[in-house]
Amino acid sequence: MHNLLSTLILIPLIGAAFILFVPKGREGTLNNIRWIALITTLVTFALSVLAWHRFDPTSPAFQLVEEGPWISDAIRFKLGVDGYSMPFILLSTFLMPFCIVASWVSVEKRVAEYMIAFLVLEALMIGVFAALDLVLFYVFFEAGLIPMFLIIGVWGGKRRIYASFKFFLYTLLGSVLMLVAIMTMYWTAGTTDIPTLMKFAFPASMQKWLWIGFFASFAVKMPMWPLHTWLPDAHVEAPTAGSVILAAILLKMGGYGFLRFSLPMFPIASAEFAHFMFFLSLGAIIYTSLVALVQEDVKKLIAYSSVAHMGYVTLGIFTLTEQGIEGAMFQMISHGIISAALFLCVGVIYDRMHTREISAYGGLVHRMPLYAAVMLIFTMGNVGLPGTCGFIGEFLTLLGSRIANSWVALFATTGVVLSATYALWMYARVVLGKLVKPELMNIKDINLREATLLIPLAILTIYFGFHANAILDVVSVPTEPLLASIKAAVSSVKTASLLAP
Amino acid sequence: MSSPLAALPVIMPAIPELFTGVGALALVLFGAVFGDKSYAFVRWLVMLVLGVALILVYLSSGARIEAFGGAFILDGFARFMKIAVLWGSIITLYIADSYLKDTKRQAFEFPLLILIATLGMMLMISANDLIALYLGLELSSLSLYVIASFDRDNVKSTEAGLKYFVLGALSSGMLLYGASLVYGMTGAVSFAAIAKSLSSGASVGAIFGLVFILAGLSFKISAVPFHMWTPDVYEGAPTPVTAFFAVGPKIAAVALLIRVIEQAFPGIETQWQQVIVFISIASMGLGAFAAIGQKNIKRLLAYSSIGHIGYVLVGIAAGSPEGVAGVATYLAIYLVTSFGAFACVLAMNRNGRYLEDINELAGLSRTNPALAFAFAMLMFSLAGVPPLAGFFAKWYVFLAAVNAKLYPLAIIGVVTSVVGAYYYLRIVKIIYFDEPREALTPAPVAIRFVASVAAILVLAFVLAPAPLVNAASLAAKSLF
Repeated sequence: MHNLLSTLILIPLIGAAFILFVPKGREGTLNNIRWIALITTLVTFALSVLAWHRFDPTSPAFQLVEEGPWISDAIRFKLGVDGYSMPFILLSTFLMPFCIVASWVSVEKRVAEYMIAFLVLEALMIGVFAALDLVLFYVFFEAGLIPMFLIIGVWGGKRRIYASFKFFLYTLLGSVLMLVAIMTMYWTAGTTDIPTLMKFAFPASMQKWLWIGFFASFAVKMPMWPLHTWLPDAHVEAPTAGSVILAAILLKMGGYGFLRFSLPMFPIASAEFAHFMFFLSLGAIIYTSLVALVQEDVKKLIAYSSVAHMGYVTLGIFTLTEQGIEGAMFQMISHGIISAALFLCVGVIYDRMHTREISAYGGLVHRMPLYAAVMLIFTMGNVGLPGTCGFIGEFLTLLGSRIANSWVALFATTGVVLSATYALWMYARVVLGKLVKPELMNIKDINLREATLLIPLAILTIYFGFHANAILDVVSVPTEPLLASIKAAVSSVKTASLLAP
Repeated sequence: MSSPLAALPVIMPAIPELFTGVGALALVLFGAVFGDKSYAFVRWLVMLVLGVALILVYLSSGARIEAFGGAFILDGFARFMKIAVLWGSIITLYIADSYLKDTKRQAFEFPLLILIATLGMMLMISANDLIALYLGLELSSLSLYVIASFDRDNVKSTEAGLKYFVLGALSSGMLLYGASLVYGMTGAVSFAAIAKSLSSGASVGAIFGLVFILAGLSFKISAVPFHMWTPDVYEGAPTPVTAFFAVGPKIAAVALLIRVIEQAFPGIETQWQQVIVFISIASMGLGAFAAIGQKNIKRLLAYSSIGHIGYVLVGIAAGSPEGVAGVATYLAIYLVTSFGAFACVLAMNRNGRYLEDINELAGLSRTNPALAFAFAMLMFSLAGVPPLAGFFAKWYVFLAAVNAKLYPLAIIGVVTSVVGAYYYLRIVKIIYFDEPREALTPAPVAIRFVASVAAILVLAFVLAPAPLVNAASLAAKSLF
């Protein structure tokens, strides 16, 4: 198969089309739809494993490349993966079956539309990470807004309409500025081919503006403090699976964008803006951690903690050190697993009690011991306890920031303490303590379906905590040439400024 | 002695127009003799005439030919625009039938007026001097005034026609005044001669004339600040007529505007560019903000069309082949999307009563999933969200603006498109998120067909954008 990546994008779409033609309104229809969606996502995952098998992680070049005519000679349909994008594709296809299973019983109305929206979203997510043309990337990147808008708006909670509009318009506003930057790059470089643009040296004065355009998009998507306010609303209102995808994949598109575009294409501007990014990252780490501390809604708390964790990612990326960038990549993958799992955990108790108020719970350990155990693993992962994958990412990014700037490292480290505070405190209030609430007396422990969701994620959380190299070996390959080219670009500017009278 | 046929090559480029004109005259006679019962027959014949004209235009080579002493021009650009206009008229007649039947206005004049308006628009597109410009413009405008008030027992429709007529006459006056100033300053009516006389710089009088001509044309395309008539006329006119207004006349007027500024005033680009940039920003801004509060779907689409003209003007402001190609692409995509959207509006019918309140669409996704999906996709396309066709329309005009270094215009444009996205999203919200109301009456085949074909084209455009884009850039090249 020479067009593995486009097949990967196509399969969820075929599954969605299949669901469209399932005759509606008969007995068993809903289960058929659920099974079709699950099988589609499993097949997609299997294919992405095949892609991983074909992928050579030791080569920094783009692989599995396929190319075809599209808009014009300069804007072509081009797909390919490298050490940065391959892990995200695997993460997306891996988490998708979890989303379908998590919605198995909790989504009862308009099941067909729901599954179609998720499958289309999956195709678009894979497209974002596989696109090797800037316009193609933009199309996938923005198109994802439509299914997510519908998922939040149709199947969301009470304030779903407000949340869905805020999500859509906020993200769109960021992205259109990137669009203007893309157009400028098109006229300057004459192409939107990503590998070519990565080698193209944009004039330093132009880099600054282009960098800002891309920053506007990725900072909102990430989301970086202080542009993060859409995220808690979207998370709280989205159905469980929507939150999982939002936290685990969609947020990572921002970090991926910084690594894929901002750093290699605008190295001089990236170096110039590093301190600005440090400031925003510290804002995210410290401020949103403090905000997370006072939340009364479980999902909101995890949402704010996501913003804080994304702060480590941007911090790591803009240290422009090997440790920082690899740590940021690791942090994104580990946060993808842990936040997905945490939202699934919230979904478990929400399905039972239909509330997300922290104060409505307490002492769950007495009725749900298994739940308490897996939740503990994920909470520890969120805290960044050594032995879980959450630790590696935080540690490496802090290490990178120590090389770049000791003061930044000093402030960023306080985030570790704060994250322990809010995460453990939430765990204590929800799971530990005495079981006094009468509504909770008959709550049941996780069933087989929920266990199959949570246990693989728990295993991965611990596995990557010990075998960090499984990820680091892959992401280090494209990092070395990236850092070398940034160094060359920055030093050439320095020599130029020294030579100037 | 030369044969009488020797004169034929001169009129060859105008064959589609001549055919349309002769057809219109013959059908007027036919209708006058047989009265309103001939409506169905006249409608089919008019569609046939338009179809034949469309084929004749397709068959023309697209090479630049002038006729009638240089007053008439046929080139690739005119060909592209005429095809768009003819399609617009054919689709209008196709979707109008059920509406006219329901409102008991099946008069034979309706298809005829569309036909005559189309003839006027074709002449506008091919106009190559100031006199032909005015003749084409008035021929189409006078027909449009009448069809705006076609539902003559309806107060709103009559008001729409009157308003349109009074303001239209005023704008024609301004246009004529501008044309006479330009003629006075340059001593020429032909675009090429005007360009030649202005090549060494323009006098204040000529610039004054240019501004008046631009004002008159801005009225026809309903660009801010000459847009005041649009919401009222869109709301009052019968819905199929509104659908027609939103596309055909605007395409013709945009084509005319481009030809005037690119062929008659290329030497004073900096002067007209300022004007275009200003009305572009004003249109995009007003289109985005004023539509937010609208509850009537026709008024909402009126403001939406003002906004879209703003985006079209972005491409014109660039003043480059890329810009004109972008405009051509934009108009073709807008033609499809707009007719699709108006077909959806025509489908908003409960037991013969046409609904215009957007809240009547509540929960349409559950009562009529196919129509709801088509409507939603068309709205996302109008909002310019990828991967739908509307995104590519915006992409090309902004691409041209960026190339012309009009960065502030491009940035303001994309930001207003985000504001505009709000009200398109609001329709999607009503369709998908709100609790359903009583189901709509199933729409006639014609309307369902147009809505679904439009939605499919808008969705599938991303797979093969090249043919339209190439045709548009080929058309644009013929102007430069």
